[in-house]
Amino acid sequence: MIKVEFLGPIGKEPMEIEAVTLADVSAKLKEDSTLTNWLDKCAVALNDTMVNDLSTALKDGDRVSILPPVCGG
Amino acid sequence: MELYDGPLDTKEIFGRWLDEQADSNYGAYIPFVGTIRAEGDIEALSFDIYEPVLQKWFDAWQEKAKALGAVVKMAHAKGDVPVHTSSYISAVFSPRRRVALELIDEFVEDFKANAPIWKYDVKNGERIYAADRSTPMDGSGLLA
Repeated sequence: MIKVEFLGPIGKEPMEIEAVTLADVSAKLKEDSTLTNWLDKCAVALNDTMVNDLSTALKDGDRVSILPPVCGG
Repeated sequence: MELYDGPLDTKEIFGRWLDEQADSNYGAYIPFVGTIRAEGDIEALSFDIYEPVLQKWFDAWQEKAKALGAVVKMAHAKGDVPVHTSSYISAVFSPRRRVALELIDEFVEDFKANAPIWKYDVKNGERIYAADRSTPMDGSGLLA
């Protein structure tokens, strides 16, 4: 199982899902209608490192963070 | 990198940074202060921060500055920050002004684009996500 957490204003409880790659996470999250307006604007971190490749392999216990648009300062 | 609950004590922080580098032989010190403006009937802005990714972002900037012989500093507020107080300050120390001027520009702009911090307007005690002023981080849309 991997954990998916939703940061900042998304306001959604973390989920635990089965996934072998980030593409699996994508497929799972696309099924959730509450995320429809977020996914195209969100960046992704794996265990707190930013990632850019859907083929990134996942292992049991990994933590995927979904980061919506930012505005610091 | 320093994070505080509520508004920043800018004079204390800038003064301390200056003292810390007093003997470092830097020729230029350029501070930047972000202050909450009163607009659109807001009482305050409020901030969420994801610290683990912010720390990595900042560490990468420290390395970049170091390669130029410079040092970057930053402090940011968490939670509510009333109008006319400061939520964000940063600074660059460098041997010469040109490096510092260019670095503070790049550093502050990349901060706005890629630091994992979320801003909310506070109106009537309610937090409203500042969606229209927010920027998708580099690499956004990967899962769409």
